[in-house]
Amino acid sequence: MKGRTISSGKTQGIALVSQQPVSFYGGIDVNTGIVIEKGHELEGQCVKDKILVFPQGKGSTVGSYVLYGLKKNGVAPKAIINKETETIVATGAILAGIPAIDGIDITSLKTGDKLVVDADKGIVQLSRQTF
Amino acid sequence: MPRVKVINYYIYTIPNRGIMYLTREQEQILNGEKGEILQRMFRLLTRLGDIYKADKMIPIGSVQVAGVSYKSIGDPGLEFLEDLAHKGARVQVLTFLNPAGMDLEEWDILGFPHDFSAKQLRIITAFKEMGIVPTATCTPYLIGNLPRFGEHLAWSESSAVSFANSVIGARTNREGGPSALAAALCGLTPNYGLHLPGNRIPEVVIEVKAQMGTLADFGALGHLVGKQVRSKIPYFTGIFDVTSDHLKSLGAAMAASGAVALYHIKDITPESHLMDVKGLETIHVTQKDIKETYESLNQGTNPDIIIFGCPHSSLREIIHLAKKIEGKKLKKPVWICTSRAMKEIANRMGLTSIIEKAGGKLVADTCMVVSPLEQMGYSTTAVNSAKAAQYLPGFCKQTVVYGNIDDLLKEQIK
Repeated sequence: MKGRTISSGKTQGIALVSQQPVSFYGGIDVNTGIVIEKGHELEGQCVKDKILVFPQGKGSTVGSYVLYGLKKNGVAPKAIINKETETIVATGAILAGIPAIDGIDITSLKTGDKLVVDADKGIVQLSRQTF
Repeated sequence: MPRVKVINYYIYTIPNRGIMYLTREQEQILNGEKGEILQRMFRLLTRLGDIYKADKMIPIGSVQVAGVSYKSIGDPGLEFLEDLAHKGARVQVLTFLNPAGMDLEEWDILGFPHDFSAKQLRIITAFKEMGIVPTATCTPYLIGNLPRFGEHLAWSESSAVSFANSVIGARTNREGGPSALAAALCGLTPNYGLHLPGNRIPEVVIEVKAQMGTLADFGALGHLVGKQVRSKIPYFTGIFDVTSDHLKSLGAAMAASGAVALYHIKDITPESHLMDVKGLETIHVTQKDIKETYESLNQGTNPDIIIFGCPHSSLREIIHLAKKIEGKKLKKPVWICTSRAMKEIANRMGLTSIIEKAGGKLVADTCMVVSPLEQMGYSTTAVNSAKAAQYLPGFCKQTVVYGNIDDLLKEQIK
């Protein structure tokens, strides 16, 4: 699948997929990378080293710092795949150096998928290989 | 002569992305000729501009910087900011600051933890070194940074973004804390999104058929609509006779449950008369919808503390609350959060002592969302703000009681 480069870099990993928007601020614990938003479909799951897939960001503009903090604390996702990335997530991803792509039809992705991400080219591929 | 103009512009391109025109001076910043800090910050802006297909950079009138509370940004944020400040980063336009994690003057009396406070003060010092006004409020428009209609801004703080765009008709995207800071240091922002009139057009009509009255009603409406429309631009009908406080509450809620950065209200907001809403999808909001939203936000009973002022209370709200509790005794702690500037006026008017005599506190510089409530022994918090109700469970581990001012105070007055 081809999308738009938000933040460059290449990586591969296991997808953690939400069809709900994600708020990094108040939604994800900056020290553990665990989703803490009550009632969120990812509540209790950890974003660390995952390819985090969600339609778009929501909520507070402090989210960029949370993303940067996740990276500094070693619990950031390996990459971010969005339907549409808004500025908050884009800024955080660029600042933290987390590869990110948007313009992807995320409804075809599910948690546990193995994804190869080339954010330089804006490409996401499903992989049959085991990592 | 077009050619003369062209000489002053450079074309900046990244493969697979957009094209942005930079002036000679901007090109120098990008090449590092104005120092490493500006280069790093301007690179962030040009990348954002490229992603969102900006055609150029535009000068901005002011900046609101979010990401101030130590609780929100932690050690990574603190180190990032101190690094900038020590390397000589200085803002180029009027730049105000979001609330901190504590009352910057009375933190000890109010019981804020000492280690937290020490880190918080370092963050404020770093911002001050950069020339940022340490206002510590989410309502800059109430205390000395009032943009004009159509003015370009780079504001973060989602509720202030919503207010500036919607109520004032200024133009700003929802900036992240760091992108707002980058804009402040460069005096520029990429020209895309809500800076362009064509992107300010409503996408969905919200027909309000419910009886709206209190701030909590508008919070509930905003919570409901934000969830449904996500980042679309709603156009409200059926809202009459509101103050800017109601609009503050509505916008804050929509920006928290969704990512709404701009809304219009027929005959009330300044761009609404410019908008054609024929043929748009219409969502009806009934009394029942509002009631159900109250129920969904209201998760608990018997609060440990009642906190008002998300976004920060205006003077009108402080007067209203002070009158409600004047001469009474409150059973539980009641905080009214506001800016330092409003508190100064409240002091002068004797409102602070009225509130304190009743057992309440007028808390400046911070709010329930960014303060370490869970470390202060509270587990159930009552609020009349849907934004606070949205964030308190995840961020402060609080069970929320949601209601309007009268209902929340009724149980607390002896």
